[in-house]
Amino acid sequence: MIAATAPVQRPADARLLVVDAQGHVRHAWRRDFITLLRRGDLVVANDAATLPASLTGSHLPTGDAIEVRLAGRRSLSADDVELFSAVVFGAGDYHTPTEKRPAPPPLLAGDRLALGPLRATVTEILGHPRLVRLHFDGSADEIWAGFARHGRPIQYAHMTTSLALWDVWTVIAGPPVAFEPPSAGFVLDWQALAAMRVGGIEFATITHAAGISSTGDAELDARLPLDEPYEIPAATARAIARARAGSRRIVAIGTTVVRALEHAATGRGSVQAGAGVATQRITESTRLQVVDTIISGVHEPASSHYQLLRAFVDRATLADADAAMDAVGYRTHEFGDSVWFDRRAGQRGMIERSSDIDGFS
Amino acid sequence: MNSITGLRVAITGGTSGLGLALVRELCARGARVAFVARGRERVERVAAECPGSHGITGDVSLKVDTYPIAVQILGELGGLDVLINNASDLGPASLRLLGDTDCEDLERALATNLVGPFRLTKAVLGALSASAREGRGAVVLNVSSDAAITPYPTWGAYSASKAALKHLSAIWDAELDGQGVRVLSLDPGDMDTPLHALAVPDADRSTLKRPEAAALEVINAIAAALPARERDGDNSEGLTEQEAAS
Repeated sequence: MIAATAPVQRPADARLLVVDAQGHVRHAWRRDFITLLRRGDLVVANDAATLPASLTGSHLPTGDAIEVRLAGRRSLSADDVELFSAVVFGAGDYHTPTEKRPAPPPLLAGDRLALGPLRATVTEILGHPRLVRLHFDGSADEIWAGFARHGRPIQYAHMTTSLALWDVWTVIAGPPVAFEPPSAGFVLDWQALAAMRVGGIEFATITHAAGISSTGDAELDARLPLDEPYEIPAATARAIARARAGSRRIVAIGTTVVRALEHAATGRGSVQAGAGVATQRITESTRLQVVDTIISGVHEPASSHYQLLRAFVDRATLADADAAMDAVGYRTHEFGDSVWFDRRAGQRGMIERSSDIDGFS
Repeated sequence: MNSITGLRVAITGGTSGLGLALVRELCARGARVAFVARGRERVERVAAECPGSHGITGDVSLKVDTYPIAVQILGELGGLDVLINNASDLGPASLRLLGDTDCEDLERALATNLVGPFRLTKAVLGALSASAREGRGAVVLNVSSDAAITPYPTWGAYSASKAALKHLSAIWDAELDGQGVRVLSLDPGDMDTPLHALAVPDADRSTLKRPEAAALEVINAIAAALPARERDGDNSEGLTEQEAAS
């Protein structure tokens, strides 16, 4: 598979690999994803907008150039923006693959950083020389203004053009709290939302601070995903409870939605409304309590996103899916193609359904 | 407690005329206010005058400023219930016939009065629709003018931009009907503002509406377009429009 290299959220030729609950694999066009939904489905998406989380500047004790990539936060509260965890790179930018980026100078607690108009102090080294906690100077408004004016969206070497925020904000983007775009949501546009409404398909959102997907360092990558704060609106929790009670399908747009909803699951198929921090890892041993179907991007097998798909389908089916995508050259990464996985039949179930196939066009 | 308390409102052109009156009145009523204007010093002065408000320096006519403004609005307020596109540009600094109007003046009027509101609305539309889904309601109010309807000679650049904005508002409102987001257009009347002084320097100011009076009308129009809220100002336990329909 190859990386998608143009920042187009909805390319007309984007593909969608559909894997149903029986493990049958077929190709569809992603623009037709709406036809895979059926009346009564509840579609849940992550409405986090992407923060311009890449901040260039210098390490004041040495004067060395650095790039700070904000990577974590303890809450989504609008005025809680003093403290962030962050991955620090040495000189250079996204044009160099992360694994080839020079290391930053040795970082010590107390070091001061100048990041455009922002000033920050390293308050803690988080178990890895490049993963630190930062404390930003100034009021919340000054910090937001600094991010807004100086920050750039985090991006990687496969994307050769410089990304702007309008490239990475989904149409439903709300609070700017994601460190990288919740890119499965690129499938959505206002036309799709209108079509869902006409078709009796319910739509709800959560806000989840999607974290960084790669650091270029194997030891750090093994720690991904970092803890991610989220917020589930009361209306969304109620919609999930109603859908569950009515044996209706819950379709998650993106891995972050799965992580948040399963973290907030009450054990009775519904979810707790309000704020939380997703700390768990979703793997093949995870018993899904809430989500029936996931729409996601095409991910590399080593990534945590890929591991999460194993909660939906068994290894043999995932191998079939990979082979099918390889055969026709699906594109990976945030602007690439997509997959639709129904949770395999009998994998668990508050509610067992005989077949999910009837809604397919 | 009233329907404005706790409402998250963003206002462009918030340091003079109607915009300033709106910032003051909304802050006084307990709204959470972010306002945008070009001049940093004036922004800081108004923010200091209205404690708790969020002053944002930016130019809505510039494409590159749109997302920095949106990041600050949505970051600082944690979401958005109401956007008031108030910032306006007269076009040529003294009114003149279209044949005497520089293309650049027309372009600037369109950039500020039409394209800017379009861009900013688009950037925050996701947040507004989230507010609507959560039962709080969502409103975009575009400040219009009778010049949007009546073809007054010498007002060509301004009028054309406001006419386009009025039509944009009506179409967007229809398109967003199902999403619970209202897009309103409101003519506040001839007000005693810096923009009016620029247009009609010799006007009898005593005959002009005070911006404070117009601000009340704008706020009433917004309140009327929002769903009724519980007495405690929190509709989180109420049904959303989608729920009520199902």
